Amino acid sequence: MSSEHHEELRGFHGIHRGFPWSHVVGLVVSLVLTFAALWLVQAHAMPHGLLLAVILVLAVLQIVVQLFFFMHFLESYGPRYHVTSLALAFVFTVCIIAGSLWIMTFGGEQTY
Amino acid sequence: MHLPGYVNNVATPFFVTGDPMIYASDVLIVLTLVAIVFVLTYFKKWGWLWREWITTVDHKKIGIMYLIAALLMLFRGGVDAMLMRTQLALPNMRFLEAEHYDQIFTTHGTIMILFMAMPFIFAMFNIAVPLQIGARDVAFPYLNAISFWLFFFGALLLNLSFVIGGSPDGGWTSYPPLTEWPTDPGPGENFYLLALQISGIGSMATGINFLVTILKMRAPGMTLMRMPMFCWSVVGASILIIFSFPALTVALALLMIDRLFGAHFFTMLQGGNPMMYVNLFWVWGHPEVYIVVLPAFGIFSEVVATFSRKRLFGYASMVASIMAIAVISYLVWLHHFFTMGAGPGVNSFFAISTMSVGIPTGVKVFNWLFTMYQGRIRLKLPMLWAIGFIPNFAIGGATGVMLAVAPGDYQYHNSYFLIAHFHQVLIGGVVYGMLAGMYYWWPKMFGIILNERIGRWAFWVFNIGFYVCFLPQYELGFMGMTRRIYVYPAGMGWTALNLISTIGAYLMGIAFVLIVWQVLYSIRFPERDVTGDPWDGRTLEWSLPSPAPHYNFARIPTVTARDAWWAEKEARRRGEDVQKELRPLEPIHMPNNSGRPFILSVCFFIGGFGLVFEWYWLAILGGLGVMLCLLLRSLETNTDHYIPVEEIRRTEAALGRL
Amino acid sequence: MSLAHEEVLSTPSSDVPVEYSTEDGALKIFGFWIFLATDLILFACLFTMYQILHINTAGGPTEQELYDVPGFTAETLILLVSSFTCGLATLEMRRGRRSASMGWLVVTVLLGLSFIFLEVREFVDYVNRGATMQRSAFLSSFFTLVGTHGCHVSLGILWMLSILYQLGRRGISAMTARKIFIVGLYWHFLDVVWVFIFTVVYLQGVM
Ligand code: HEM
Ligand SMILES: [Cu+2]
Repeated sequence: MSSEHHEELRGFHGIHRGFPWSHVVGLVVSLVLTFAALWLVQAHAMPHGLLLAVILVLAVLQIVVQLFFFMHFLESYGPRYHVTSLALAFVFTVCIIAGSLWIMTFGGEQTY
Repeated sequence: MHLPGYVNNVATPFFVTGDPMIYASDVLIVLTLVAIVFVLTYFKKWGWLWREWITTVDHKKIGIMYLIAALLMLFRGGVDAMLMRTQLALPNMRFLEAEHYDQIFTTHGTIMILFMAMPFIFAMFNIAVPLQIGARDVAFPYLNAISFWLFFFGALLLNLSFVIGGSPDGGWTSYPPLTEWPTDPGPGENFYLLALQISGIGSMATGINFLVTILKMRAPGMTLMRMPMFCWSVVGASILIIFSFPALTVALALLMIDRLFGAHFFTMLQGGNPMMYVNLFWVWGHPEVYIVVLPAFGIFSEVVATFSRKRLFGYASMVASIMAIAVISYLVWLHHFFTMGAGPGVNSFFAISTMSVGIPTGVKVFNWLFTMYQGRIRLKLPMLWAIGFIPNFAIGGATGVMLAVAPGDYQYHNSYFLIAHFHQVLIGGVVYGMLAGMYYWWPKMFGIILNERIGRWAFWVFNIGFYVCFLPQYELGFMGMTRRIYVYPAGMGWTALNLISTIGAYLMGIAFVLIVWQVLYSIRFPERDVTGDPWDGRTLEWSLPSPAPHYNFARIPTVTARDAWWAEKEARRRGEDVQKELRPLEPIHMPNNSGRPFILSVCFFIGGFGLVFEWYWLAILGGLGVMLCLLLRSLETNTDHYIPVEEIRRTEAALGRL
Repeated sequence: MSLAHEEVLSTPSSDVPVEYSTEDGALKIFGFWIFLATDLILFACLFTMYQILHINTAGGPTEQELYDVPGFTAETLILLVSSFTCGLATLEMRRGRRSASMGWLVVTVLLGLSFIFLEVREFVDYVNRGATMQRSAFLSSFFTLVGTHGCHVSLGILWMLSILYQLGRRGISAMTARKIFIVGLYWHFLDVVWVFIFTVVYLQGVM
């Protein structure tokens, strides 16, 4: 039984033996992002709309942290189809959320 | 019928009573069940049924089960359609009451889309995809069996509502606030919600399964751009399933929470917003129509190329248009509720995005035409349905663009114009496509070719019946006849057209009977396919014997060109020795059969049934059963086996392939 | 090309993590990524619901009145740390150290349990203050969104317990390794979802 896995695992840099620095960094960054968001909100640092946008950006950064520091996002045999799939999923997520919010605000009369 | 009071008190909320049609079906159901049990016991077939079918994880058998289920559901949905058309044949008809008419169009629409079209495409996925890409099964065969049984029990749950509890009657779209508990109490709507939820889980799993199969399990040498077009269409449909079904899951779940637990998502009270249901429903609903039509496009591509004896014209543009359709169909959902009045900006955006779907679709139609151009066309049954499809879809597409013009839609919306349009694309596109696929792959499934003569009759009767039925409905729509009405007065000028339409519907009914007769006749007087390649095919499934052995390929082929099997035949014709590089046989790894997918789905069914009647103890029991099945699977280690070389050699020798 | 369903180690090498060492493992990991994509869309729909309905309080309790900053911050910190410990479990699994891997999984489960404890306490508290999901559209969508995430976490805990049991019985094999890896993906994903609940539900609510 042949296996296609004679090729190497892409995005994999050997089994890490020493202190798990990347994990610790990931944790620290996620904590920093969290507290940053919390602080911005508590301090009412900006106008409402801008504030919401900024904390959303911070949340998106948290996705990046999880994907790259914890989820071994780039590892794959052969083409990285899961990266493409996830990218597509993000596009559709944005379409659904943005589209629905836009549709359901009925010409901007409601304050959703 | 008058039952003693106490019987009525117990029975009425549970068993549907009071209608002769329903009593007749009660009797029929009981008789059918008794007959099935009797036949199985008499011929000692219980063990066979369990071992060969219920526990199977073989994609070919699962495909056949999907096919049977789809045809049965086409029958049920078709009977519903005949009933409705009978009621509408003449003004002031007294055939069905309003309430029954409501239930019938609801079950008709729901069954046709979710329990006929979906299993039909899954039948084609299962039958063709692994064979076409040179694989021995799908990526997750066990999950595949789960998908089938979840679909099966979902369909069973919905059909059960006819005799137990009462059918849903809120339309196949089931819009709140009408379908909220206060305005639509009783189990009917719950049946709809849970049946769709259960089968939807199965559909999502199928989408994942086939995407992984196609991306990861192609035979060596089969690059993406060497794949048969049907596989590309399955990629498109799977992507749509994966990214759109969760929206349906949420819409149904929230409506269920509203109904069962008194929440306020879609009510008119306490800040609920019914339009959010409509929005979520169509976030799924529009992609859904492409989920069912893309595989039909894929089948037409295979059929047209094979029966024109030409390579598919414009392969790359076909791939691009499938992908374009897949992406654009996420951006058009609002066209189903332009009349909500979301504002000119929103309506214009969605009108334009909707119209733009016409571009890739047009590309495909022209590619099919160019493939036929100067080809040596053989008008076999699959090709007949493919050719019948093209004018159908041209009209359906044109009326679709008319509906996409938002201001125009204010006129057409919910009229018979709309009914005619979506039947034109759903029947002319999906049903024609699936029938073409059924005829095309029937020899591969069963080793016999379906009788050509009866099949031609069926095609012509159906095709003519189709136009007779639906062309008048466009006109009726213009004349102001709205959908979902059960009766209309005389003197509206609608009578003649409605009568004609009903005649057309009956013609389609006759055509269905002809197809059934064709199958029975072909079983009785079979024309066997001994070559495995009855159509002089182009793709790998035709390199195998019909039906294919359960491991599909004794040796996994190495692919060097698009239309791999055709290329190999060409090489043989040139006298090249393709045999020389035959590798020795090796033991083949196969998944074990398992009864757990079936049992798991039974548990889902029990849980769903419990929720329908709000018997929470039963729902919890079903849920626990599901968890237990999952746990047992997780603990299982012995999930597969090897077929020894000797057995492969024997099987291949018996098939004359050594 | 071989069949999917194998658990046979093909040329075990120190350079390939065990969970990827069989084709079956690689296929299932890929399949699970796609499942996560479906779950992402599911949550996207729930978030949309919430965003549209959250101001429809129908005269009932509002976000400002209900949300408690120390409470949801604690929940957030617990989940973030559990995501870290879960990552360490995968790391130790790759190093072939069973007990270390199991240890981190146990820590993760405990953190998960304390998260669920806090969440249930929060829900009970709301209900006692009259904020039930029947009260208003806002509360319907709040309980459904946050509750769906909570159900996912609870399921993840049960799943980890089952994997812990299998690890104890069978050690690190291609199969158990794959399960640790996949449950890890699931857990990190839930962490991401929670970050958005933290942002969109709680922070927006107290803004
Ligand atoms: C034999 C051919 C068919 C006939 C004669 C037929 C006839 C009808 C009729 C009379 C209605 C009800 C119109 C109304 O009162 O509003 C209807 C509705 C519908 N049909 Fe068909 N139909 C056929 C096949 C199909 C197929 C193959 C599909 C889908 C694949 C389909 C999908 C639907 C849907 C979705 C509805 C809307 C139900 C609703 O209003 O909730 N039909 N059809
Ligand atoms: Cu649409």
